[in-house]
Amino acid sequence: MLYLDSCATTPVHPDVAAVIHEVMGTFYGNPSSIHRLGLEAEQLVTKARRVLADALGVRPGEIVFTSGGTESNNLAIKGAVNANRARGRHLITSAVEHASVYEAFRQLEDEGFHVTYLPVDETGAVRVEDVEKALTDETILVSLMHVNNEVGRIQPIEEVGRLLGARPKVLFHVDAIQSIGKLPVRLSEWGIDLLSGSAHKLEGPKGAGLLYVREGVRLTPLFSGGGQEHGYRSGTENVPLIVGMAKAIRMAMDAQPDNRRKLEQLRAGLVSRLSEMPDVQVSGSGRPEEMAPHLVHFTCPGMKSEVIVHALEQAGIFISTRSACASGESSPSRVLLAMGMDKERAASGLRVSYTASRTAGELARFADELAAVLAKLSPMRPAGAGRSVLQPEGGSAS
Amino acid sequence: MQPEVIIVRLGEVMLKGRNRGRFVRTVHAQIADLLGAMPRIGWKQEFGRLYLELNGERYEEAARQLDKVFGIVSYSPAWKAPLDLEAIQETGLMVMKRVEPAPATFKVSSRRANKRFPLDSQQISYEVGGYILERMSGLTVDVRHPEAELRVDMRQEEVYLYTEVAAGNGGYPIGSNGRAMLMLSGGIDSPVAGWMAMRRGLEIEAVHFHSYPYTSDRAKDKVIELTKTLTQYGGPLKLHLVGFTDIQTRMLEAVRENIRITVMRRIMMRITEKLAHRRKALGIVTGENLGQVASQTLPSLHAIGQVATLPILRPLITLDKQEIIRWAEKIGTYETSILPYEDCCTIFVPKSPTTNPNMAVVERAEQAMPWLDEAIEEAVAKTETIEVYWKQRDTLDRFF
Repeated sequence: MLYLDSCATTPVHPDVAAVIHEVMGTFYGNPSSIHRLGLEAEQLVTKARRVLADALGVRPGEIVFTSGGTESNNLAIKGAVNANRARGRHLITSAVEHASVYEAFRQLEDEGFHVTYLPVDETGAVRVEDVEKALTDETILVSLMHVNNEVGRIQPIEEVGRLLGARPKVLFHVDAIQSIGKLPVRLSEWGIDLLSGSAHKLEGPKGAGLLYVREGVRLTPLFSGGGQEHGYRSGTENVPLIVGMAKAIRMAMDAQPDNRRKLEQLRAGLVSRLSEMPDVQVSGSGRPEEMAPHLVHFTCPGMKSEVIVHALEQAGIFISTRSACASGESSPSRVLLAMGMDKERAASGLRVSYTASRTAGELARFADELAAVLAKLSPMRPAGAGRSVLQPEGGSAS
Repeated sequence: MQPEVIIVRLGEVMLKGRNRGRFVRTVHAQIADLLGAMPRIGWKQEFGRLYLELNGERYEEAARQLDKVFGIVSYSPAWKAPLDLEAIQETGLMVMKRVEPAPATFKVSSRRANKRFPLDSQQISYEVGGYILERMSGLTVDVRHPEAELRVDMRQEEVYLYTEVAAGNGGYPIGSNGRAMLMLSGGIDSPVAGWMAMRRGLEIEAVHFHSYPYTSDRAKDKVIELTKTLTQYGGPLKLHLVGFTDIQTRMLEAVRENIRITVMRRIMMRITEKLAHRRKALGIVTGENLGQVASQTLPSLHAIGQVATLPILRPLITLDKQEIIRWAEKIGTYETSILPYEDCCTIFVPKSPTTNPNMAVVERAEQAMPWLDEAIEEAVAKTETIEVYWKQRDTLDRFF
């Protein structure tokens, strides 16, 4: 079996699983209980908070534990908007955000907020000038992802942070769910006010996430309750998963510089193989430094991406389509359309994502299998569809 | 581009006298300890200076650690160039371009330890300055009050260039001024007082009073946490935990409510002094601050201080509360200090403590407790002493 869908989720690291198991069995006290069992559970949560704060270079009091990336994004966006609604009614995000951000903004639109969805260029990047142009006196929040989960384009977070640094009224939220542990994330240097992270993308457990809330930033909580997590997130702390997340993120960040080099080599190798295939177009930027190293996105215009996924599955290889399946028919991806792809191409996206424990040989095997699958499927393409040298195609990588 | 070297300057006071070698070793050991998590950093020592080669480690993190060391006067992030004028000029330009906000005026100062280099320091400054002037528009030279000063430090094998001089923590190396006991509650003030005492070179041992079950494990945990934070600035620390329940409960009957705090603090002072004698400490440090609460009026301080023969050091005595909070935030104890756990002082607190305790009444109350001396001896004898250090790992750390 060859698992190449680690942007969807990763298997839990055995050491992390062992820790979760032990904490679950032994330290079952409620951190709010005043007796010793409560104190021990609380100490574990405190230590986890410190481990994560050290890893991210922030203060422990700035870390809020949540149930995962979706909750972190919702709490950041709705919490910040609701706490600051008196200051303005305009919000900025991009057209390529994850659904947990995108749909949160849709909901806020229904509540009467005005939202600008910034366009992206053909590589998937937001332009800093567009952020600047969109800002008004009414703007209270800008929310952008660090690495796009579908295509892997790195957004100009540092530059946007610098731009917003001169505008203290505008909060800056970054969805770093796909970038923590993969790329350096420098919260204070980049002027980030809120940052979402998740455990299960880096060999941690599902059901655990975090939100960095810069000191001085106020949020309205989503839940009413006992006031845990500095009041931002009521509910008894999920001690075992919090500990497991801290361990997983720490390990990922410790290994990040070394892993990044490995991942970059893996990516370069795979991109070069894919570029040789006539039916394949690699998405995003052709400049490797603009792309996250742990995933490759490509399109096979005219082919049904789910068919390719299932065909590869028969060879024991697991990758991902990112197009939503509506009534059995592939519908084009919102993200790929925003990058300027036509409907056909935007419905044929495939994503290969991997951890640093994969090898160049394994990715080569994937490329071989893909080539075989494409050769088999190619004659079944509808006439006139797919690759044409005359068709203008923005953004195809080298 | 990240800085390549940090130039660390040690305090002048450390560089004289008989104990010089020991003090320098103390500071070096502490720096090595704090930078332990950054293994790529290389060291070069020189008289009064330390050159830390970053080798790819992050400057900001190293600086954050250096900010904890007493005895460092200042430090500078610097870049390296080979002994070659063109390379020096280029690096100088790069360093100048990084200065934020962009300066309007500058000057170049050079220091040449390598006398074989064909240009003298004046000539180096001239050549580097001229090179930069040509390439940065809007920049002029001002030798008297430049907004940026580019320093060129030519050493035997290479050249260091920098503009920034960050203030260090100052102070004296830990232990250079002897030992004192710190009365450590769980509040905001006493950890700051301890830190300030440490900055003057005192080796501190902390004394904490607890009244289990009236105070909880969490209160003790909090004090250990605070002590741990202090150890980042001065290495391992002894924490003496004094059981105060017995004295405190017996006191309730014998002492009138309004002077209870005064009497309680006098007893604590006596116990601390006994511990000080045991530990050969020559002072008692407290977080007392004039007029903050009723026990800290001048008459109260007088009444409490009378029982001690050792000097009582009160580093915070004239600070404003806001200043103390700022220090606590800087030191890193604030967040722990504000956790809401009761300590010895916050239980049994009377509704209206006197601000002007009558000495005769206080002394009479103490005489009405014939058991007191013995109870004090017992509290001292039963004191639990633990060694605290931020690097210590407890049984829960293995999970991470």
